[in-house]
Amino acid sequence: MRPPSPSIPEKEFLFSTLEKSLRLDGRGLIEMRPLELTFGEELGHVDCTLGKTRVLAQVDAKMVRPLPERPFEGIISVHSEISPMASPEYESTGRPSDEEVALSRMLDKVIRRSDAVDREALCILAGQRVWHLRLTIHCLSDAGNLLDCACMAGMVALRHFRRPDVEVIGDEVTVHPPSSRAPVPLSLHHTPFSLTFALFAPSSSHTNISSQTAPITLLDPSLLEQRLASGTLSLALNAQRELCVVHKAGGVPLTPEEVLSAVNIAVQKAKELEKMVDARVREDWAMKKIEVR
Amino acid sequence: MSVVLPGELVPAQHVNLKLGPGLQQEAASQVTATRAGILEHSANNSRWWVESNSRRYVPAPQEPVVGVITGRLGEGWRVDIGSAHNASLDALAFEGASRRNRPNLKVGSLIYARVSLAHKDMEPELECFDAQTRKAEGFGELKGGFLVRCSLRMSRNLLDPNHFLLPLLGSRFPLDAAVGVNGRVWISAKEPKQTIAAARCIEGADPDGGGMDQLALKMFLDSLDF
Repeated sequence: MRPPSPSIPEKEFLFSTLEKSLRLDGRGLIEMRPLELTFGEELGHVDCTLGKTRVLAQVDAKMVRPLPERPFEGIISVHSEISPMASPEYESTGRPSDEEVALSRMLDKVIRRSDAVDREALCILAGQRVWHLRLTIHCLSDAGNLLDCACMAGMVALRHFRRPDVEVIGDEVTVHPPSSRAPVPLSLHHTPFSLTFALFAPSSSHTNISSQTAPITLLDPSLLEQRLASGTLSLALNAQRELCVVHKAGGVPLTPEEVLSAVNIAVQKAKELEKMVDARVREDWAMKKIEVR
Repeated sequence: MSVVLPGELVPAQHVNLKLGPGLQQEAASQVTATRAGILEHSANNSRWWVESNSRRYVPAPQEPVVGVITGRLGEGWRVDIGSAHNASLDALAFEGASRRNRPNLKVGSLIYARVSLAHKDMEPELECFDAQTRKAEGFGELKGGFLVRCSLRMSRNLLDPNHFLLPLLGSRFPLDAAVGVNGRVWISAKEPKQTIAAARCIEGADPDGGGMDQLALKMFLDSLDF
């Protein structure tokens, strides 16, 4: 059953606090909830929590025959599903819900089409054998901003994952099990992070036709903020200031300056996230005692 | 303290036995648990219940709940109380309501009501007055303020007069609160900052969330600015 839209008092209270630049969980307007990464036993198994939003990502690799039109490239597939486990809002009917379609499209853009993974490095024997990476994303709990959490979990899982080492002599392919040779990390071009802003149109009481006020932008919206927002702006970018995706939904007009200032905030956050993710992945690798070359 | 699992036999024996949530009588003197949790009983062993925590509300008669109006339904309204099915609220179930004089509720309004009928095969029904005295006794529409969602355990704790949280908040700033046992708490203070502080304290004290005890919560409250 779809829950009703937020009640009138909730709506009014949220708008009144936003005018005073306050958020319901005490965060600043461009502050994210605390991000936590927990790695599983296996490589490429990550549990990512953003406040109470929680997503689990898992990578596995197997050898397949490449697509005939791309004989030198490995295959990456992203599977995501939002089950009713995440929130009673999502139903387990046969066809995917709008949120699910939006999530899987965004994941596809951020992880696959941004060329984060070097696909040619996944080739073992041209036209014969390549690696097929499968990234599975399970949304365990939705407390707002599921998209950013899912992208983060997916990218961290890819960074954490290591495939078995292979040796090619002539046409002979030897796969070395992890016990004999250390598995090798994937070669990644960059790590894009998705950052979502919720946009609130300035309240009508203050709007003059001559002097338009800027909409209020919030980073990392909570569930209530996300549902009451008049629009969202999702940016996917890496710490090197390379923009991968700009996705704006909803009908709030933004000036170029406002978009640029959002991008600048996102770049700063992406740098912080990159540092943290890098430290956490290394820490976990060191703990698992896999030889880092 | 004893933990029971669903299906487990419970040694509840009394001449005037009253079973609370999580227990059911099967044969003449056989009581089994239907929920996992901690088995509790009153001092004279006459009342027994299972204390557990969950997020999904199952309506039970006479419980106070906070609901959101989701639509009109003939003479009354359809109300979301967080249970599997929507509840219905009759337009005449208010203090001083008559055919001519009905309360003016809109879709999206919050109400504080009591569950008057809860049967497993029927839709729950709500009322906003005491059926005997026909007085509101605090029930009715909740205007302004903010709705906080918490676990069911937390909302029951808040109704406990010995629980520390509401008196602690009340000693810092004036506060109106309506606690529904369906895991929804309506709070209203003069300043939005105070309402936010109260909401964060409820979240912090929730065994499902921060799980802070009295001392930790006091320090948390002192660190907030309101």
